[in-house]
Amino acid sequence: MSRQASKLVGSLASKVFANPAPVVPYSPLSRHFAAAPPAPAVFVDKNTRVICQGITGKNGTFHTEQAIEYGTKMVSPPPEPSSSSGKGLVWIVVAFLTSSVGLLVFLASSVDLFGSDLHLDFRFPRPLPKDLLISSALVGGVTPKKGGTEHLGLPVFNTVSEAKAETKANASVIYVPPPFAAAAIMEALEAELDLVVCITEGIPQHDMVRVKAALNKQSKTRLIGPNCPGIIKPGECKIGIMPGYIHKPGRVGIVSRSGTLTYEAVFQTTAVGLGQSTCVGIGGDPFNGTNFVDCLRKFLEDPQTEGEIGGTAEEDAAALLQASFQACDLLESKTEKPVVAFIAGLTAPPGRRMGHAGAIVSGGKGTAQDKIKTLREAGVTVVESPAKIGVAVLDVFKQRGLVD
Amino acid sequence: MRGSLGKLVAGSLSLAGRWQKQQLRRLNVHEYQGAELMSKYGINVPKGVAVSSVEEVKEAVRSGFPNEKEIVVKSQILAGGRGLGTFKSGLQGGVHIVKTEEVADIAGKMLGQILVTKQTGPQGKIVSKVYLCQKLSLVNEMYFAITLDRQTAGPLIIACRKGGTSIEDLAEKFPDMIIKVPIDVFKGITDEDAAKVVDGLAPKVADKSASIEQVKKLYQLFCERDCTLLEINPIAETSDNQLVAADAKLNFDDNAAFRQKEIFALRDPSQEDPREVDAAKADLNYIGLDGEIGCMVNGAGLAMATMDIIKLHGGTPANFLDVGGNASESQVVEAFKILTSDDKVKAILVNIFGGIMKCDIIASGIVNAAKQVALKVPVVVRLEGTNVDQGKRILKESGMTLITAEDLDDAAEKAWNSESPPK
Repeated sequence: MSRQASKLVGSLASKVFANPAPVVPYSPLSRHFAAAPPAPAVFVDKNTRVICQGITGKNGTFHTEQAIEYGTKMVSPPPEPSSSSGKGLVWIVVAFLTSSVGLLVFLASSVDLFGSDLHLDFRFPRPLPKDLLISSALVGGVTPKKGGTEHLGLPVFNTVSEAKAETKANASVIYVPPPFAAAAIMEALEAELDLVVCITEGIPQHDMVRVKAALNKQSKTRLIGPNCPGIIKPGECKIGIMPGYIHKPGRVGIVSRSGTLTYEAVFQTTAVGLGQSTCVGIGGDPFNGTNFVDCLRKFLEDPQTEGEIGGTAEEDAAALLQASFQACDLLESKTEKPVVAFIAGLTAPPGRRMGHAGAIVSGGKGTAQDKIKTLREAGVTVVESPAKIGVAVLDVFKQRGLVD
Repeated sequence: MRGSLGKLVAGSLSLAGRWQKQQLRRLNVHEYQGAELMSKYGINVPKGVAVSSVEEVKEAVRSGFPNEKEIVVKSQILAGGRGLGTFKSGLQGGVHIVKTEEVADIAGKMLGQILVTKQTGPQGKIVSKVYLCQKLSLVNEMYFAITLDRQTAGPLIIACRKGGTSIEDLAEKFPDMIIKVPIDVFKGITDEDAAKVVDGLAPKVADKSASIEQVKKLYQLFCERDCTLLEINPIAETSDNQLVAADAKLNFDDNAAFRQKEIFALRDPSQEDPREVDAAKADLNYIGLDGEIGCMVNGAGLAMATMDIIKLHGGTPANFLDVGGNASESQVVEAFKILTSDDKVKAILVNIFGGIMKCDIIASGIVNAAKQVALKVPVVVRLEGTNVDQGKRILKESGMTLITAEDLDDAAEKAWNSESPPK
């Protein structure tokens, strides 16, 4: 069976590479600062310029080093777009229903699943030319009282506003420790950056509630996180702590609350040749800047994203369902789009929360099985074993004629 | 396929119940501690004294309740369902209303004993203190809670004119009886907000403006002490027109520990699984369960997935253990020690997808742990990610008998098979 599967995937893979996914064309000449570049499809792209808040701290230093290193080893430019770009948007939605403790998705690394016939050497991508580094590399850092100094070859500023003025940064990554992280987010918000990615874990909920309330009052700045691994557009921009080498530019959008579990999803979609358009880690905190639905909307409008993998908490499963319905409506008006969902996770016993407040607020009960049923009735394909996700995704692609 | 999912869901419900209680390690405090804290904020609570021994009881009754004929004696454990629980010694009920003369006797039967309730699990929890409470003549019992709501992204006050244990059924059948008042986190609680809450409670005799003040004080406590939940069930009216918090449940945000030292000093480790207490000391995220396959994984999501796939393959996870992204070698050693010290564990599954966590660190940790602790059970290791080749090499060169796995399915399968007696 695995030989058949590997043959199948082998032929699929060669076809995938022959008619690669339509992607934004790569052109170093398009990067000039006179005219503002178009906004990124899903929050980041090769024009994103990032400053690091907390750069001189322990975490800031370590991750900045990693980021600089990744900049010299980024994947090769995406291939030229094919003519068959409108084949259809594949919508792959993975719902992770969680218990109260966390996310549950289980994915297998499918390289061996398909046998050694398929050898995708995604671990050792070709380096990009040096001038490309500017757009997605870090351009500076912020640590109060250390302005005017240099750290790891980058200029350090006292405030976000100063850094933004000097470096023309439009995004920030935050590695500031929990007692000060919320204030750091607020500072970036006040400086009107386009994007703030907060990696910090352990910010008090009451602080985040205030940050969220402030975020909701404006529309210029988007926050991703906190307590998240970050966001990556393979080949163009990496903000955060994810291992860059497992990613490959491609067709699947991924949004998830869990870090390492996202890596499994990435690993698998890379291994089957689909690659990722953008991967967003929205983080595990109850109050975060960007949620599942926010990312879904972006993926829907992104021509490069042909499929999606998404993770959500059980409490948000209702939002997932809503988002799926919305997506189905939107997508149906274009071409037929399959929706594939992974139910991975254990549900809490209905209505049981810490105290009664949670159940009362959410208005009652609903088991995982109820949600699976509802998703299926909405036309979503629900895959039960996340270890089989690769196969399922490829099946769906095949069924919809997205791979010949 | 449907069958396995159903099995998974069903099998997990009891497990999930346990996880539910350990949810994200929010601090719980005992009833008497909550009452003490609330009275500091000027919130009406029944008069009460916590005691740890029979000797203290006599003095407490004499000085605290000189005129009472009856006193409520409540076991202090960090779990609900005390009233209907049973002591391992045989005594029925963790809450008793007795005549003053009998207090010492009943307290003596509770102190130092293990109380088993629907929420403690079969092993129960030890009663180190009992709370002697004034018996109130209550006119009416209502429900009140403040929580941080994800939908409104802010504090939410919930009020219901009927309280009690069947509140959830009520919420489902009569949703209009549940009044929800979201509070603007910048403005704070206004008189108008508080009045809406009091209207929702619909007290029969309690003075309205005094009740409004009580609501505001509760909100103040909720914010100032970084509570994630403040639930008062029942909040009651006494015959002398007062609103009283007859029983309260307070949860505090673990992330706020650095600025709530006084509150977090109230933590009672005797109510926690000793394995978890050890793990917390080593700064590991660990939740003990009852199964046979010990797990060590990096990342909460992946850890949950690992437990799930173990169950899918027919095994039972012994724990949830997330070594996190920044684990040092010594933490890995500690984690391994905790896993191997669990008698129930028949196999260990290590599943690491290294991003920031490096596979060679994990591998060195395992090798060092094996030197310090006799490995009695098979160990299945699946490594992927940063420095995976170094990691695998370290394991190979150690000469340890390890079972390597390539993917998650493979790892779970091998762990399950390794539990059986050798062929």
